[in-house]
Amino acid sequence: MSGVSAGIATQLVLAAVALVAATLAPARMRSHVAGAACAGLGVAGAVTGLVAMSGGNPGAGLQIPVTLPLGLPLEPLLLAPDRLGGVFLALAGAVAAVTAVYGIGYATGPAASRSGWAAFAVFILGMQLVPAASDVVSFLVAWETMAIGSTVLLLADHGARSEVVRATQWYAVMTHASFLLLLAGFAVLVAETGGTSFATIAAAGVSGTSASVAFVLLLGGFATKAGLVPVHVWLPRAHPEAPSHVSAAMSAAMVKMGVYGVLLAALRLLPQGPAWWAGLLLVLALASALYGILQASVATDLKRLLAYSTTENVGLILVAVAVALLLRGAGDEPVADVALTAALLLTVSHAAFKTVLFLGAGAILHATGERDLDRLGGLAAVMPTTSLTFGVAALGAAALPVTSGFAAEWVLLQSLIHGDGRDDVALAILLPITVAIVALTAGLALLTFVKAYGIAFLARPRSPAAEHGHEGGRSMRAAMLLGAAAVVGLGLAPGPVAAGLAEAVGASGIEVVGVLGVSLPAVDALLDPVALILLAAIVLAPVVVVHLAAARRAPRRDVDLAWGCGGVRVSPRMQYTATSYAEPLVRVFDDALQPSRDVEVSHADESRYLVSQVRFRQRVTDLVADRAYEPIVRATLGIGEGARRIQNGSIHRYLGFSFTALVLVLLAVTW
Amino acid sequence: MNTLTVPGLLAVQVVGALALTPILIGVMRQTRARLEGRAGGGVTQPWRDVRKLLAKEPLQAAGTGPMLSATPLLLITSSLVVCALVPLVGTASLATVPDDLFVVVSVLLLGTVALALLGLESGTAFGGMGSSRHMTIAALVEPTVLVAVYALSIPVGTSALSAIVAARVQDPASVVSPVGLLAVVALGIAVLAETGRLPVDNPSTHLELTMVHEAMVLESSGRDLAWLEVGSWLRLTALLGLLVNLAIPWGVATTLSLSAVLLGVAAIVVKLLVAGMLVAAGEVFLAKLRLFRVPELLAGSFVLAFLAVTASFLIGGAP
Repeated sequence: MSGVSAGIATQLVLAAVALVAATLAPARMRSHVAGAACAGLGVAGAVTGLVAMSGGNPGAGLQIPVTLPLGLPLEPLLLAPDRLGGVFLALAGAVAAVTAVYGIGYATGPAASRSGWAAFAVFILGMQLVPAASDVVSFLVAWETMAIGSTVLLLADHGARSEVVRATQWYAVMTHASFLLLLAGFAVLVAETGGTSFATIAAAGVSGTSASVAFVLLLGGFATKAGLVPVHVWLPRAHPEAPSHVSAAMSAAMVKMGVYGVLLAALRLLPQGPAWWAGLLLVLALASALYGILQASVATDLKRLLAYSTTENVGLILVAVAVALLLRGAGDEPVADVALTAALLLTVSHAAFKTVLFLGAGAILHATGERDLDRLGGLAAVMPTTSLTFGVAALGAAALPVTSGFAAEWVLLQSLIHGDGRDDVALAILLPITVAIVALTAGLALLTFVKAYGIAFLARPRSPAAEHGHEGGRSMRAAMLLGAAAVVGLGLAPGPVAAGLAEAVGASGIEVVGVLGVSLPAVDALLDPVALILLAAIVLAPVVVVHLAAARRAPRRDVDLAWGCGGVRVSPRMQYTATSYAEPLVRVFDDALQPSRDVEVSHADESRYLVSQVRFRQRVTDLVADRAYEPIVRATLGIGEGARRIQNGSIHRYLGFSFTALVLVLLAVTW
Repeated sequence: MNTLTVPGLLAVQVVGALALTPILIGVMRQTRARLEGRAGGGVTQPWRDVRKLLAKEPLQAAGTGPMLSATPLLLITSSLVVCALVPLVGTASLATVPDDLFVVVSVLLLGTVALALLGLESGTAFGGMGSSRHMTIAALVEPTVLVAVYALSIPVGTSALSAIVAARVQDPASVVSPVGLLAVVALGIAVLAETGRLPVDNPSTHLELTMVHEAMVLESSGRDLAWLEVGSWLRLTALLGLLVNLAIPWGVATTLSLSAVLLGVAAIVVKLLVAGMLVAAGEVFLAKLRLFRVPELLAGSFVLAFLAVTASFLIGGAP
């Protein structure tokens, strides 16, 4: 038995253990036992993924022969991750382990119920089997397991808040639309090739119209899971309403399965696609990146902000994939390989920092009961660990040195500016637009995360709840610290990480330089974050010496008030809030966001000229959701209303229906 | 014997920048004062200000936290690293830390973010206002900077600044090529915005409501303020220096011999002082733009940068 198949068998066993623990353990110990089992399941997945990534034993895995009495040409189910699958298996496992540890301390109420933990185990198992699956049937089974587990988890708080039900409806509909598209896409491929295993499909080399139909269907399905515009609408609804460790796992790992799916389709199953596939993907990805970050930058609900930022990051990942495909089509293999590596680096980096960000948002919610940035503030003083870890992860999300996000975005930009557009007019137009949009996205991400961190953790508390915040339990803090360490670690050592990922996706020309740095000879560029830190330390040293000498002579003195133009009113309500922070941006992008503003002025009784109160309300809605989905929702509801007319509750009518149906069936049988 | 090592050159740049920067600011302020008919404080006034501030005690208002003391050091570190990396005196760079423009921009942004967080931390209306405006401008400048870099990098095939400047020294024709000119003009506008000069921000304003940079540092005093001032001046030196070396590359040391480095130092001092005087003279005739007109200016500079890229693809630079 190879390492990979042993690992997959272990995962199945551990998932069973977690299910048993979740259902049988007494309520007092349930979170500990089930959480530990889920964490074990995650670790098993991560280790299996790493083994599969190193590619020691290709094709090894767990084979389950099935024979259905239908005469369908099914090949045996095969759970054998290839090297690319190994990357995503390792990623899902690591995220699952961290979020499960966090869940031990965080889950309360419905999230800590029997069904809550059981669904979490099922969700993790499904997520880890998706990249392990090597044939269509097991892929779809794993995909649906993941979808069902996450839907149950999302429903956890439905008793407490009515929004949860709405969010779950959106999620369930979108996720099943995604499943149907995938089913259709794979059905086309299976019909063309006559086999259900990925190896058979890839070997057949499908091309022509049926390949394009299959690709578009698969892209639609995977894009829905990945949260690309315009099928992102479930993200900003589902992520805020789910328990935070679940949103972390969904955003950091489950959404990545959509990315995995796109890579599976574009690299493994249908590698010889025409250029317009890549063009279509690029347009969708750029729109997602820009729209996602624009919505995130004006959002005030912390978890909604993070959800939109997920759309942005998935957009950037798929920009890298699309550029890699375009360049590969144009014969520029070395640069295409760099872009592909950038895609995987961005994926891993996003998983690391988004886990921490969602867990941090959960810690804030746990401590204050608030998700609204406008009512937070000053949390750095009462929640130091959360503040530190959230800060590090926010740096990662803003792609600043020396975090994982920086290294990944650097590789992406290097691949973008070295694509040669001199011979190819399409590239000459697409690449500069791509660079510009990626740059604007990076700039807005900077503002978004300065806002998220600065408004929540710095300044003075904007509500009593924020004033009385407190740090979460030990397991919560441990999970966040682990995630933050990963963000910094991946940022300090881009070389080994990039080299490993490049190998997994079959890209060449990514080299480790020095101990931890990365070198890209194809584009003549090099990045060694450790050396950068050393340089910074050297230039900082004399400054620190002067600083300390000055500090000895003139120590810091505390004063009461900040500068208020001579005024002494220090109400925390005078501070900038998240809404006001993003106000200039809302004005600049007025046409794209179309915010609605209400200003209500109420006058004092004595005189119309005296103002007693001014109310200002601003709402920024998701235009895509409003314009594209509302008509569909209305039409569906209309059909439902119409259908109600034929079922009016009269028993005679129902008997009539039954009779008619019986007659029709008899006719059909005897015909 | 008469050659420097690369770390030696970087040390020359950092120390030189630290020494020259207050003078540069002094010259700019003095130029402006004279043109406006004032006597001015003399070119060494910024030096004396920094010395005075370093000796004074910093005040800490109630409710402010760690960013108040951390930001000044973060900002000055980021500025000094940028001064070390940018080819001001010569075009040599370390093997392990190449002067890659994306890295330089990211290091600069680290300082930008530290400043923005400092502004938010004060918990006053002014700090938040400055921080919000500052980040909005920074976010909108980003596309111009990266696309201009992209345009400059196409002819040389790398984003390393030293390679770009060295190529311009060797091939002066590329300086006046449309691609080069468009990219440098676009970058120039971005530099003005990034360093908080007119018409984007008025560095000498005393009215809180119009402040951007000043609003964020309102709560800082003593040595904190000294580092913040020096840090933001150093950004001006580094970026203006980069800009003049791109526009007028002559004099930049392409070897590490002592004479070349000395010539490089002299060249950059002269170029920077002249450029500073020109910027200051220009500012006399400019008013600050309304904040919501700034995006239009930046969009204009973005279009220039974008044209530069497409021009270099379509009319073709050197392969």
